[in-house]
Amino acid sequence: MTAISKSSPIPPSRQRERPGQQFKWIGKSIKRVEDPRLLTGQGRYIDDIDRPNMLHAAALRSPHAHARIVSIDVSAAVALPGVVAVLTGEDIAKTTGPLPCFANPPVEQRCVAVGRVRHVGESVAVAVAESRYIAEDAVDLIRVNYAELPTVVDPEAAVHVTGDGVLHPDRGPTNIAHRRSFSFGPVKEDFANAARIIQRRLRWPRSGSQPLETVGAIAEYDGGSGKFTIHMNSSMYNYVGWTLALSLGVPAHKINLVPTIAGGSFGSKLFTHKVITLAATLARACGRPVKYIEDRIDNIMACDNHGSDRVYDAELALDKDNQMIGLRCKVIDDYGAYFQFGVGHHGNALSQIVGPYRIRSVDLDIIAVMTNKCQQGAYRGFGSEVANFVIERLADAAADELGLDRLEFRRNNFIRPEQFPYKIPTGNLYDSGNYGVVLDEAMRMLDYTGWRTKQEEYRKQGRYIGIGIATCQERSVFSATEFWMLNNEPGFALTSSPEGVSVKIDPTGKVVVSLQAPFWGNSPETMATMILAEQLQIDPADISITYSDSEHGLAGTGPGGSRYTVMVAGALVGAANIIKEKLLRVAGHMLEAAPHDLELRGGKVGVKGVPGMEKSIADIAMHAHFFRLSMPDDPTLTSGLDAAYTYDHPLTTLPSDDRSDLGIFYPIMGHMCHMPVVEVDPNTGKVSFLDYVAVHDCGTLVNPMTLAGHVRGGIAQGIGTALYEQYHYDENGQLLTASYADYLIPTVHEVPQNVRVGHVETPSPYTEYGIKGGGEGGRMGAPPAVCAAIEDALRPFGVKIDAMPVTPAKLRGLIRAAESLAG
Amino acid sequence: MGKCVISVNVNGKVYERTVEPRMLLSDFLRHELSLTGTHVGCEHGVCGSCTVLVDGMTTRSCLCFAVQVDGQNVETVESLGRIEAMHLIQLAFWEKHGLQCGFCTPGMLMCTVELLRNNPNPDREAILEAIGGNLCRCTGYQNIIASVERAVELLQTKEEAAS
Repeated sequence: MTAISKSSPIPPSRQRERPGQQFKWIGKSIKRVEDPRLLTGQGRYIDDIDRPNMLHAAALRSPHAHARIVSIDVSAAVALPGVVAVLTGEDIAKTTGPLPCFANPPVEQRCVAVGRVRHVGESVAVAVAESRYIAEDAVDLIRVNYAELPTVVDPEAAVHVTGDGVLHPDRGPTNIAHRRSFSFGPVKEDFANAARIIQRRLRWPRSGSQPLETVGAIAEYDGGSGKFTIHMNSSMYNYVGWTLALSLGVPAHKINLVPTIAGGSFGSKLFTHKVITLAATLARACGRPVKYIEDRIDNIMACDNHGSDRVYDAELALDKDNQMIGLRCKVIDDYGAYFQFGVGHHGNALSQIVGPYRIRSVDLDIIAVMTNKCQQGAYRGFGSEVANFVIERLADAAADELGLDRLEFRRNNFIRPEQFPYKIPTGNLYDSGNYGVVLDEAMRMLDYTGWRTKQEEYRKQGRYIGIGIATCQERSVFSATEFWMLNNEPGFALTSSPEGVSVKIDPTGKVVVSLQAPFWGNSPETMATMILAEQLQIDPADISITYSDSEHGLAGTGPGGSRYTVMVAGALVGAANIIKEKLLRVAGHMLEAAPHDLELRGGKVGVKGVPGMEKSIADIAMHAHFFRLSMPDDPTLTSGLDAAYTYDHPLTTLPSDDRSDLGIFYPIMGHMCHMPVVEVDPNTGKVSFLDYVAVHDCGTLVNPMTLAGHVRGGIAQGIGTALYEQYHYDENGQLLTASYADYLIPTVHEVPQNVRVGHVETPSPYTEYGIKGGGEGGRMGAPPAVCAAIEDALRPFGVKIDAMPVTPAKLRGLIRAAESLAG
Repeated sequence: MGKCVISVNVNGKVYERTVEPRMLLSDFLRHELSLTGTHVGCEHGVCGSCTVLVDGMTTRSCLCFAVQVDGQNVETVESLGRIEAMHLIQLAFWEKHGLQCGFCTPGMLMCTVELLRNNPNPDREAILEAIGGNLCRCTGYQNIIASVERAVELLQTKEEAAS
């Protein structure tokens, strides 16, 4: 079988910096430049910021999952000393419109509910007071009269709900928010001719990123200029922050979003529309700065970012040679009460839906339903991690049914190294890869055959050890076509999702880089420092990194979809080229040499082949800043030494009008092999880890230490998804896991203590230096790997894992059922 | 609500303040004393980000009222080193990449301080026990364990050099 050929041609590579160079900084595990201020308690997170004369807000949250708001009495709250204002949704709607929604058609959502609440925890009214304590007291004094409506919790039942159970009747008499089927390649033919069809019903649970810092904002409104200044811990403010101005009813230049670093995000702080809009609205209403910081209960019940919650009916067609040829999935996804990003999570999954395998046809039927739960947003994988789980569970099921080794079955189905760049049936491109090498490295690191031997020995002793294998993709560097290509209506023109940087060398030769989105637990300052030091051949200590506010920012998208390192590297290469050219020109005047005879070396510009004939960057910078007129007149040579450069998406094409080809939209394709070794206690259902190897291929490595940190942290989150975490709503729509006492984030005792991380480097032909993204991979590989390991351990019982989280109670249930089946 | 006058020694400095009895120690440190290095993650005593030492013992400052520490000694992350002269435990966390977003880090550091004061040569189990009540969402804990182990080495080397 060969790669699927599609009509749209692959654009040529715009790579300028080739992989495989001799690097001084790139590829080294240098310590992070962010850390000293974080380690000394000087991070300046959102709640560390205060403004003079600042007020504090607290929200009253709905106890009902679905109800009409009949009346609200705020009189007692308003009368409380220290309270400045109490606003209901209707009060707020007088000045502030619906929140930004990227779905088409949109679903109306407000920062405080108007007329109806659609999930437990939705805000109903807000109190603003001199302190947070008083604001919370005031919230307790607000009286609300509700008329309860039928509650919709089960996503499959939601499909059929009518009448008062419909959440958004103005959008139509159904809770189906979006339904669309896609077909790529000869699916019917492949299933008709299949030698075997594997079928599984798979359940991915609702979990979420839960960074330890919640979301917050401090807004100021200047009545004289009509302008908002908003400190916030969201990241895509230079990308879509302007849409908040639409909600606030002001022109975009009347809102300046000022970033603070974030205490973790994992996607959840991409675009925190509710909190920012609320704080701004309250500041305008009160004429004083207002701080609103979610507490943990607010965040769990009413954040922007519950993760995917899907039921799959999945089928895999195999030919007579045990080759995977076709994939057919019907998926119901529970989006909760609102639809901020539309079905973008499924567009994301379609970028790598066939995994690393030569599957040539795909059918996908997506039903997005609305229920009385908190809305979905982004969580490390943005829906692609679910597709990884599905294809890997099917691969395991196929190997088991065929009596084949799970590992060799995968290897025999891998896309082969000579087939790259490889177009998958959906139209997305995999830029490069070498999957067999990653698998081999994982086997070697784990001592796979050694563990198989030990597994047999343990089993003789009555112990149940299992080895899991997952060979997964990690797409990186989205292009924005994924935000509209699944819409039922025609979309837009070819869409970039750019990233800008500005670089300024001051008169003393020190460098300041401005990024368009702040630190959120990744290492943007370290990464940008390393790449610019490489570009300019300067000491990293001479570089500092800052974050632009939206008023001074360039076009930028921010971290997300594992794109930041690739995109910032592209922008830095562009900016550094401008700076380098000017350095050489100015130095040329100073040294009376032609620029092409000059080179950058060790913080200086010198004449090639003539040691000592050189000027320091500090000298050149001083000259460029102050002595421009000492050089010959030239309109292209101006004072100063700075550059701004915006890097566009490196490789994207349009989807076809009929969407039989989605185009190239997520092409920088990483790969991983995860091999956990678990022990299961069949009497208690407890799963513990004996070993864990994760080999990742993210192209050219920038900082192996920080990448390994991402991998390990992502694995811990993936273990949480697989074994412990769930936003669990009961049949009345009550959230039973609304605190950390019930929403179980793994502690040090639940994760493997020694995850051994390996790296393979297959550079991208399309990005600067061949870098690929690597921020999400750990969580994109761990869930299927852990499930596979549990199944492997319990092979004597014949237990199948189709649903997560695999809690001890559920696992005991599966073992009991298997035992009673066996008689 | 009546207010109380309290006198608390925080990081070696005595502060006298008038506070409501219900003011949490975490809010007292962060908002009354502007010591924002102590972070608040859950405000219900599970995550451990707000851990400080009260008379040398790790305490969740979100589960403790400021009035309860009247007359006592409180140590926060600000009591350790500054950027130009970091504490060896901080240097160990830096070297071993024991933090990513940094939000849980002050709590982890204070747990480590307590552990190593009481047990300068802890085994792996003791380290797990010491940090086992604190959540970290970024690192998967492995590099935090490595950081604590590295801190043990650095402190012992310093001890040996001094003796």
